[in-house]
Amino acid sequence: MGTVILMPALSPTMTEGKLARWLKREGDAVRAGEVIAEIETDKATMEVEAVDEGTLTRILVPEGTEHVPVNAVIAELDGGPAAPAPAAPPPAPAIAPAAAPAPAAPARTAADFTAAERDWGPMRVMTVREALRDAMAAEMRRDPDVFLMGEEVGQYQGAYKVSQGLLDEFGPKRVLDMPITEHGFTGMAVGAAFAGLKPIVEFMTFNFSMQAIDQIINSAAKTRYMAGGKLGCSIVFRGPNGAAARVAAQHSQCFASWYAHCPGLKVVAPWSAADAKGLLRAAIRDPNPVIFLENEILYGQSFPVPEHPDFILPIGKARVEREGTDVTIVGFSIAVGLAMQAAERLAAVGISAEVINLRTLRPLDIGTVVASLRKTHRLVTVEEGWPYAGIGAEVAMQVIEAAFDELDAPPVRVHGADVPMPYAANLEKLALPQVEDVVNAARRVTYR
Amino acid sequence: MAKAATANRRKPGKSEAPASVLSLEQLIRCYRDMLLIRRFEEKAGQLYGMGLIGGFCHLYIGQEAVVVGVMTQLRPGDQVITSYRDHGHMLACGMDPRGVMAELTGRIGGYSKGKGGSMHMFSPEKGFYGGHGIVGAQVSLGTGLAFANWYRGNGAITATFFGEGAANQGQVYESFNLAALFKLPCIYIIENNKYAMGTAQERATASRDFSRHGLPWNIPGEQVDGMDVRAVAAATARAAAHCRAGHGAYLLEMLTYRYRGHSMSDPAKYRTREEVQRMREQRDCIDNLRALLLAEGVAEARLKAIDEEVKAIVQDSAEFAQTSPEPDPSELWTDVLAEES
Ligand SMILES: Cc1ncc(C[n+]2csc(CCOP(=O)(O)OP(=O)(O)O)c2C)c(N)n1
Ligand SMILES: [Mg+2]
Repeated sequence: MGTVILMPALSPTMTEGKLARWLKREGDAVRAGEVIAEIETDKATMEVEAVDEGTLTRILVPEGTEHVPVNAVIAELDGGPAAPAPAAPPPAPAIAPAAAPAPAAPARTAADFTAAERDWGPMRVMTVREALRDAMAAEMRRDPDVFLMGEEVGQYQGAYKVSQGLLDEFGPKRVLDMPITEHGFTGMAVGAAFAGLKPIVEFMTFNFSMQAIDQIINSAAKTRYMAGGKLGCSIVFRGPNGAAARVAAQHSQCFASWYAHCPGLKVVAPWSAADAKGLLRAAIRDPNPVIFLENEILYGQSFPVPEHPDFILPIGKARVEREGTDVTIVGFSIAVGLAMQAAERLAAVGISAEVINLRTLRPLDIGTVVASLRKTHRLVTVEEGWPYAGIGAEVAMQVIEAAFDELDAPPVRVHGADVPMPYAANLEKLALPQVEDVVNAARRVTYR
Repeated sequence: MAKAATANRRKPGKSEAPASVLSLEQLIRCYRDMLLIRRFEEKAGQLYGMGLIGGFCHLYIGQEAVVVGVMTQLRPGDQVITSYRDHGHMLACGMDPRGVMAELTGRIGGYSKGKGGSMHMFSPEKGFYGGHGIVGAQVSLGTGLAFANWYRGNGAITATFFGEGAANQGQVYESFNLAALFKLPCIYIIENNKYAMGTAQERATASRDFSRHGLPWNIPGEQVDGMDVRAVAAATARAAAHCRAGHGAYLLEMLTYRYRGHSMSDPAKYRTREEVQRMREQRDCIDNLRALLLAEGVAEARLKAIDEEVKAIVQDSAEFAQTSPEPDPSELWTDVLAEES
């Protein structure tokens, strides 16, 4: 009686991987728990252990194969599938896979970037993860006062592999592993910044910044004001923010509106890899405390980024990602991707949507939004966070204050459900804004 | 009370046989409970690999003797609280394996109707207060459960479990001070499995002995061989007696080891395979107890029957977890606030 070995899911966001290496050959005996293969995901190389014992009779996916989907049969034990693998039928179709594939970033050409910004010359496609790492490395080379600290940023190369290679290049004095002591190490970083150093504090995820939020608001954000300008801090707090995949309420939350609420902070939320690189460099150079909200699901997505060694983007400037005339869709971070997909679908039904990537949430570039509304007269905001006192509410209110007469329809907010994030796959999907929700909102404000 | 100011040192691996607070029948029960956790976690790992469980999934494999040994000394009405590495604690509290596994698959039959997942399940009926995802948070919360016992004078005690990584968090020491001030009946149990994700204990904690971490507040502490259920039970018996006598909190550092990655997506480059292999082969809490039971004259057939029983329970829970329906979409909106009555 044989069985099969399936491509395992090795992380919450993994949908496929590369079968890097077989450690067993056809005909080899395999014990339960023995390492049989190595698999590369976008984050790491992982060892695969056998669940059952037997003889490896057939290898169906040769080593070196890329893009092997999770649950594909990769080998057979004892002659193959007389019995399907450990008492488990393939997942019922009703269940979403562990992580729904992130919406693919729409392909963009270099020409897309020339409209609003300086032309930085030739582009290279890279992931958001690489762009962030490159930005930190570039600034650390440039300024010896810049250093990175956080949990697992060094030896482990980053919990989400963002700091890959930095320990090797900069050594343990400038890439510092911290114990799980967010409140303490954040306070230490702010103190070091008072003394003129320029820390980059990585929160493993922004959920854990809540342990430290007192030091961020009460110490980092308010000191310059309380000191009458005599003392301030140049410091970046960065890490993944918002929903990941299936990690439930305590690990899936958007802090954009929390931090954007507070004077004394700048709040940046990049979408593309170019945003990530250009804005992180600006954040590190900024003399103020900057909250830099990344997104785990975007880490693996690729975008063109200028190769120019001085490439940098200004904080406080939004970007028109797609031009249109009928409706303005405003988003930030991963929601820009949703807006871009929605714009594509709207174009198919004859609605021309302009998509604005806010890039910075505080200060908010309301000028770019209003300029767009002078063309379209209709506003949709998109965010993953909760609606109550959210970024959409702020954008809409500022628009009303600045350009009420331009509006031909009440603005509509698309946002996460006003509940803690549920774990169940179906509920999680319902809790997060989908492309369809954006399309429907655009139709609502255009009355079409 | 404050007399027990020095840590009661009991080094693991010493010849000193653990005081026999457990009868042979109780040890057989421990064997069953540890095996249930082991097999349950192995099954959860498989279901994760098949995409039936999502997100984070932190397995307890290797550490079973800790919670099972502690539970031998708790009574109905006592409370348990722990981190996200919680499946073992739930089973040891007597929670239904079906409900736990169905929560892992995000189904309506799960303890939280599929809304909490691996890290967040609760059963006040069984004295289990979760499943907490923020490292260290459960230490203050457990202190609060103990506070309620003190306030009510009900004689109950609280077992508060946390990792050695969590033991670096500031709120742990704020809690120790509070527990000492009010003499709260709380056993703090540090499950020192040597690693916090990829960070070895020495790289995160400058002190070398967690059992002494309560000493400034006169909280007595012991270092315990957490791979030996007898040692765990014996130490917990002392701790529980201290708490029940109204002397306040007690600290147990359980020296243990996790065999699997921190969660499912851990490449585990921070330790060698040999280190893991050595622990599995020489120190395994289940294998060693099995050998002990056989040496004590327990019939192999009896242990085999337990193996079969456990296998069947796990199989049944896995089937339930795959056939229980997903929560109804309307569940998205329920349970945010208590309904007015
Ligand atoms: C406040 C906070 N910071 C960081 C994390 C991410 N994180 C989850 S588990 C973990 C390691 C905890 O290690 P330990 O306390 O030793 O427990 P173990 O996982 O070994 O059981 C970290 C850093 C978190 N969940 N909460
Ligand atoms: Mg640990």
